Amino acid sequence: MTAFTINGQAVNVATEPDTPLLWVIREHLKLTGTKFGCGIAQCGACTVHVDGEPMRSCQTFLEDVAGRKVTTIEGLSPDSSHPLQRAWIAEQVPQCGYCQSGQIMQAAALLAATPNPTREQIVDHMDGNICRCGTYVRIISAIQRAAREG
Amino acid sequence: MRWRRSPSEPRRGRLRIGRWLFATFAAMIAATLVYALYPRPMPQTQAIQIRQPLPDIARLRTVAEFAAIADLDQRSIALFEEAGRVIQHPRCMNCHPRTDRPTQTDAMRPHRPWVSRGPDGAGESALRCSTCHGATNFESSGVPGNPMWMLAPIEMAWQGKTLGEICRQLLDPARSHMSRKELLQHMSEDALVGWAWHPGGGRKPAPGTQAEFGAIIKAWLDTGGKCPA
Repeated sequence: MTAFTINGQAVNVATEPDTPLLWVIREHLKLTGTKFGCGIAQCGACTVHVDGEPMRSCQTFLEDVAGRKVTTIEGLSPDSSHPLQRAWIAEQVPQCGYCQSGQIMQAAALLAATPNPTREQIVDHMDGNICRCGTYVRIISAIQRAAREG
Repeated sequence: MRWRRSPSEPRRGRLRIGRWLFATFAAMIAATLVYALYPRPMPQTQAIQIRQPLPDIARLRTVAEFAAIADLDQRSIALFEEAGRVIQHPRCMNCHPRTDRPTQTDAMRPHRPWVSRGPDGAGESALRCSTCHGATNFESSGVPGNPMWMLAPIEMAWQGKTLGEICRQLLDPARSHMSRKELLQHMSEDALVGWAWHPGGGRKPAPGTQAEFGAIIKAWLDTGGKCPA
């Protein structure tokens, strides 16, 4: 049994300690906003926050989050009102949408640490999140808008 | 009661013995199959117990701190035991697996995805280490990197071995593929070894610095390169 907090709620998960956090989030806790992309920490689709830091949940083991705070896209805001979520809609960022929850979680960690990032800082921080539809320009615009509008 | 056996009785007896033999044989086959097919963890899927609690190993003792040991052999062993705190650290042990599959994390869990050392220790042709591990640590994803990312040869497997066994292995050129001079160079200058002190991604680095570790290895070799039991 591994205890941790997810989106503000304390949970106990009874499964093997080396189960990928992504599996726990999707299969055990039924929070399917976090996506499986590559499974090898190369694409960023499964990005969640662990104690505020963006982490690839496919390569994070359940035992690594024992006693820690995990935030998924569902917990970013109670009513989808996070500045990034609003900016995402305003900029019409997604095309297929599959990578977007990971993109938003990665961007949210950037804005939490650097409220007004430069374009270079955005590109550098988002470098590990792949969008096969190629919406990178709109992703950058949305992050800039979220930083601007707060 | 009958005084005579019927002519068919010996055959029935033989049949009974035959059936009994067949049943015994079938039971043996079934037991063998159950034993062979019963799921049990393979070496590649077992976590290796780390030998030391990590919080203890923030710094390495300097060579000067061993000068008080008058007996040269004892000093040599003590120096190697200090070096062992680096050698047996998960940052080093993970790439010295006892199977073809590396391990990862401080818990030394089997590498995910399942990868294999391949012909040269740098992965199979269809899944080289460099497919995921770049020239440097990639902080966005936490994936570690180095231009020389690869496994130690299987002859240099350290996992599951005592420090004394590792020591004797290091000094055996047939297994380490290194002379003592090359061994010192590997430990004190090799950039891939040096990664252990700059692992990135929130990983705990090996204790001390590579220079301090190299100095300990040099002092160990200079005092005769003695090994713990």
